[in-house]
Amino acid sequence: MTEALIVSILIITIRAGTSLLYATLGEIYTERVGILNLGVEGIMMMGAATAFAVSYHSGSAWIGLLGAVLVGGLLALIHAFLSNTMRADQVVSGLALTIFGTGLASFMGQRLGPGGTTMVGLQGPKFVRTPLPLLSDIPILGPSFFNQDVLTYGLYLLLPLLWFFLYRTQPGLHLRAVGEKPLAADAMGVPVIRTRYIYTIFGGMLMGVAGAHLSLGYLQGWADNITGGRGWIAIALVIFATWDPLRAVIGAMLFGGINAIQFRMQAAGTTIPAPFLNMMPYIFTIVVLVIITWWEAISKRLGAPAALGLPYAREEKH
Amino acid sequence: MSESQTISAVEMRGITKRFPGVVANRDVDLTVTPGHIHALLGENGAGKSTLMNVLAGLYQAEEGFILLNGNRVRFNSPRDAIDHGIGMVHQHFMLVESLTVAENVILGQRPARFVIDHERVEEQVRELSKRYHLNVDPKAFIWQLSVGEQQRVEILKLLYRGADMLILDEPTAVLTPQESQELANILRQMTAEGKAIIFITHKLDEVMRFSDWVTVLRGGEVVATPKTSETTKSELARLMVGREVLFRLEKEPCQKGPDVLVVEGVRALNDKGLPALKGMSFSIRSGEILGVAGVAGNGQREIAEVITGLRPVTGGSIYVNDVEITNCTPRQAIETGVSHIPGDRLGVGLVPNLPVSDNLAMKAYRRPPLASGPLLNYEALRNFARNLVKGFNITTPSIQTDTRLLSGGNQQKVVLAREIDASSGMLVAVHPSRGLDVGATEAVRKTLLEQRDNGAAILLISEELDELMQLSDHIAVFYEGEIMGIVDDEEADTEELGLMMAGEKRISQTPSIEDDGRPR
Repeated sequence: MTEALIVSILIITIRAGTSLLYATLGEIYTERVGILNLGVEGIMMMGAATAFAVSYHSGSAWIGLLGAVLVGGLLALIHAFLSNTMRADQVVSGLALTIFGTGLASFMGQRLGPGGTTMVGLQGPKFVRTPLPLLSDIPILGPSFFNQDVLTYGLYLLLPLLWFFLYRTQPGLHLRAVGEKPLAADAMGVPVIRTRYIYTIFGGMLMGVAGAHLSLGYLQGWADNITGGRGWIAIALVIFATWDPLRAVIGAMLFGGINAIQFRMQAAGTTIPAPFLNMMPYIFTIVVLVIITWWEAISKRLGAPAALGLPYAREEKH
Repeated sequence: MSESQTISAVEMRGITKRFPGVVANRDVDLTVTPGHIHALLGENGAGKSTLMNVLAGLYQAEEGFILLNGNRVRFNSPRDAIDHGIGMVHQHFMLVESLTVAENVILGQRPARFVIDHERVEEQVRELSKRYHLNVDPKAFIWQLSVGEQQRVEILKLLYRGADMLILDEPTAVLTPQESQELANILRQMTAEGKAIIFITHKLDEVMRFSDWVTVLRGGEVVATPKTSETTKSELARLMVGREVLFRLEKEPCQKGPDVLVVEGVRALNDKGLPALKGMSFSIRSGEILGVAGVAGNGQREIAEVITGLRPVTGGSIYVNDVEITNCTPRQAIETGVSHIPGDRLGVGLVPNLPVSDNLAMKAYRRPPLASGPLLNYEALRNFARNLVKGFNITTPSIQTDTRLLSGGNQQKVVLAREIDASSGMLVAVHPSRGLDVGATEAVRKTLLEQRDNGAAILLISEELDELMQLSDHIAVFYEGEIMGIVDDEEADTEELGLMMAGEKRISQTPSIEDDGRPR
């Protein structure tokens, strides 16, 4: 393989992996605090639609990003309200959120273009790839890792921060405790419900960013079903990563890599029909889940938060 | 760490706490002073834990108030209580298994440092544990610790927060007799330093041995608060139950018949995939109760599941009435005549949302007259259920009542009725009286003895040494998946059993196997 080929595969890997990783990190933080949010797909879709619409009309990709973060947080707030305050079934609430988000985003796509027309095919502000000085001169790694858009660079910063916060700080400790054993955390004075609200919303904001990266960075435009199941893949990646932010990187890169290889093969004119190539990430998701579950059955040491998906109420008889 | 002044007295006045449909505490007064161990005695459901949960801020009382050093205080959360120096060690530990000891200790601490200084915290924990002889490694994860060690972490947590008053909910339930004694010494040291201790229990012996004062609760109300030195065990028992209690059941001498259950070199893994049974051998004859003693988690659950077909064995073999049932399915075990009274009554023993009649029929439904071809004969099913309800004195509004609405004792009677009806001589009973009040416990124990006298072979697994010594003909002590020895009920004494439970003593002779050829 030539250097140019490796670099081009790596570039797509990272670009495709960026939004996946944002979404996965968002879901990891949400699940770590004990809330299962299956609305990732819907939140990403809304994030992508909002980011594009807002940036198109405001002329700034940054304002578009802000819009996506707010919408992501707002949708996650709905989920937090339903699962914490109303103590609704989190699976149902999350699925409803996905259906709602997907539908509303599609509707927005048809109406939020100029003069109430469609957004499909429009060109708007975008996050363009900008090489970082010096770092981008490193052979192979430079042009692939350090010639990306600003959201990818943001991830380079965010990732160690999220890890450090989770494992080395007092609020991170509280976050983990609430997801593992809310009653114990409560008995020690950690406000369980408030903590769950905060990180569910924070997770939703990251999912919003994931959507924004699709419409402003990776795919640069709006199209119906722009997320193409990436939200679901992110949920699988959380399990793959065993709820650890750093291990999520490996998963996101693997899936990004599959995307890249699929592009390469199509570009190289392979005889495999395109639909089969397009299936690859999803087939891989199934394979990963099967392997992980099988491995879980033998090892029993998988790090799923013990209180995941369970609503909390103090005065319930335990 | 806390804004509390030293506690000179805690008073609860006129506390009433209701749950939907029940009054857990009614107009309860309680005064506790530092330097003393105050026992809170009562049957299950007497409202002891609820009262203490109110004091610890986990529950809010509907009526009444709390005075701390004469000032009225209101605890809206456990944090409020601990900020005032009151902390509670719950019966089910409030520890996060996936975190370390040190992390559990600083959980919820305020004012919190943003970044955790692990080394500093670990050093502080080490100092505290040295001072109070609460040995535990601050770096260890909770899931790696024994139950006794976990309890120490719970106490450390409270001491670290500067608690002046510690509430312990049934602290000895999970400990060996020796560990209990150790705990008593630690509590003594704390009261000597001016801390106040409340400990909840339903064991009279402990009240007499450990406490200075005792408050007896019955049906959510205080019946008496005597000084321990001025009362007696039988008086306390009478106060607690509201009537005279027989401390021993009449037991006929054992009429041993042929071997019913034979277990040979059985090995099995626990849920984590680690060896839980390491080559166990024993046998039970017709008309014999073999009790299993041991600290929870030493293979008791696994042996019950292996015999009832719920867990595969990795070696050895099991016979019931000379039929091999090694690695059979639960249904095969049932058909061979193995009955099972599971430890998890509501999870395994019953379907709480189904009516009493269906729960009773759950083993009999496959054969006539309940089954008629592929259909159920409901007329027969109702008659069947009515007979069992009558025969076992199950108190239920009707056989159509959902089983979850019954009291614990009546739920257990449903299980017993079904299992004994389906039994053909082999009964595995796990914690049969756990969580039951004295009356129901008596009924359950009597039923087991009746079955024994009728020639059943019974494997009785229990955490109550009293129960084991009362019912068993032999007691096998489990430790880390091995049998430390099998002793005769007449020879068994608590101290020796305790040493065996702690793995400190092993008796090589196992009478029920050794004297196989003994007549009767």
